[in-house]
Amino acid sequence: MAARQDPMIPLPYRIETVQRETGDTFTLTLVPAAGDQIGPFAAGQFNMLYIFGVGEVPISISGDPSESGKLVHTIRAVGSVTRAMQRLKAGQVIGVRGPFGSSWPLEQAQGNDVVVIAGGIGLAPLRPVLYTLVKYRERFGKVILLYGSRTPEDILFRRELEKWRQRFDMEVSITVDRATGRWRGNVGVVTKLIPRAPFDPYSCIAMVCGPEIMMYYSVLSLKDQGVPTECIYISMERNMKCAIGFCGHCQYGPYFICKEGPVFRYDQVESLLNKREI
Amino acid sequence: MVIIDTSALQNLFQLLADEEYQLIGPRISDQAIVYDRIHSPDELPIGWTDEQEAGRYRLKRRNDSHYFGFVVGPHSWKAHLHVPVQKLWEAQRDGPSFEVRLHNDSPPKMAFIGVRACELRAIAIQDRVFLQGTFIDSHYQSRRKNLFIVAVNCTEPGGTCFCTSMNAGPRAEQGFDLALTELVDKNRHVFLVEAGSARGQALLERLPHRPASEADRQLARTLLEKAAQRMGRQMETEGLKERLYENLEHPRWQHVAQRCLSCANCTMVCPTCFCTTVEDVTDLTGETALRIRKWDSCFTSDFSYIHGGSIRSSTSARYRQWMTHKLAGWQDQFGTLGCVGCGRCITWCPVGIDITEEARIIRESTVNP
Repeated sequence: MAARQDPMIPLPYRIETVQRETGDTFTLTLVPAAGDQIGPFAAGQFNMLYIFGVGEVPISISGDPSESGKLVHTIRAVGSVTRAMQRLKAGQVIGVRGPFGSSWPLEQAQGNDVVVIAGGIGLAPLRPVLYTLVKYRERFGKVILLYGSRTPEDILFRRELEKWRQRFDMEVSITVDRATGRWRGNVGVVTKLIPRAPFDPYSCIAMVCGPEIMMYYSVLSLKDQGVPTECIYISMERNMKCAIGFCGHCQYGPYFICKEGPVFRYDQVESLLNKREI
Repeated sequence: MVIIDTSALQNLFQLLADEEYQLIGPRISDQAIVYDRIHSPDELPIGWTDEQEAGRYRLKRRNDSHYFGFVVGPHSWKAHLHVPVQKLWEAQRDGPSFEVRLHNDSPPKMAFIGVRACELRAIAIQDRVFLQGTFIDSHYQSRRKNLFIVAVNCTEPGGTCFCTSMNAGPRAEQGFDLALTELVDKNRHVFLVEAGSARGQALLERLPHRPASEADRQLARTLLEKAAQRMGRQMETEGLKERLYENLEHPRWQHVAQRCLSCANCTMVCPTCFCTTVEDVTDLTGETALRIRKWDSCFTSDFSYIHGGSIRSSTSARYRQWMTHKLAGWQDQFGTLGCVGCGRCITWCPVGIDITEEARIIRESTVNP
């Protein structure tokens, strides 16, 4: 972030492309509209995206961290701001503040097997991890992606998943909650894929992102396999208004998710995750 | 330390006004003592006191003419530093793009008159939140930087006070420019004054004053020692943080929720609560947009809303969030308790929920989930 910039001031970014992913999910590619741009981001961080006069929402970055200048955000239309974003077209300008928050432990993952577990839109904040794993493939042990989606129609990033699945040095398993049409793959929750996945539980880093309940059961299953809690990372979500630790909305136990999160080492939040309404 | 007569308060007010300070101090409004613009010591609640208990606040005539013979009311100084409604920026449409400009409201220089020790601590805590982290809140900073503080030592604590438990009073130790102790007996009515800064000292030298005797100092010390022993409430903080974290599912949260109205009064009167929300608004033409920041409360259902609903839909979860944050989370986040023992949340709770009682029950409890 430029030094003169107040952290609450959004920078204008022009929409270069709008990619429809599924019925309710789309990907925006953004480039700086006025020269000024936000600083480099790490996999797992998020930006605050603002539509003029409508509002602002926190959205994780789903693009490749090594591509500078461009920002890629994959968004599900679930509220008034994200629904307005769904109607945006290439050439329009939105505001961006960021990047904020903690990132996935790609440094620690080096030399270890990497298990990426995603549920639904949770694949978006993990895609920067997958880009990095593929780019520096030789630095990591086995690379495994386990992805659960509601239905086959809700599967994100199909083309990339297919490309990764075809690699011999990557294991990609996909499951759906409800099979529709001609789906002949796995049916059931993503946690069912964990016992079958060929990774070394004593030398791996697991990165999990999805609904809280899905993360909770994924971690239980990882622990059953023998993965120590300090090798498991999850990404949390709460209401956010400022992303700079002032508004108080994103508090989760002792943490501000915008500062200490969204990515947490599991043992940081273990005592909170199974409690209701934290 | 020096002694000034009560008449010197007028000089103090004048000197501050001459230096273009806007004076804010206690005055009576709507049957409560609030912090508002004042111009003369005559506007102070002379001869008034406040009776406070859980869910109860009454003004009462004193049988003397103390200038500061009351404790704290529903207002706290945060309303003048971390203001309830703050315009953050304004954006102007510019073709397909837009330009955003930080709102600079160039606040006046302010002098706070009659800041209590617990409130000095509260200001120091909000300084930590807004000025001493990764990010700086420029709006808070612009109000805070020119602030002149005239503190008043508390010699008569109220029924819901527990500043001694929080090591926040009753004596103003630091963070002021001048600190007054009101000394009243049959023969005289004066203030013992201590300077806490160079500019406080400079101002003090321009006031009509005389040296304080050892007897004057001793009297002030005795008054403060006695005050410390007459706190209406107390809270044991040793091990409280750990106990709160261990007891997130304690049945007491359900118990308090049966009384709690989730009205947010406690968060509004709290001098340290800092949570806000933002509103994005446009004009009818859609050419300009504003972002406004407003005080918010963890007791509202919107506060924890994410797609699909509120995370904290129950009152018990909201009360737990507020109290656990105040007494535990704050310590991890800012290295200090979020409570200063002012007792406002107890007094202004419409159903008289008492944070010292709730904290004691959790702390003394042996129930672990």
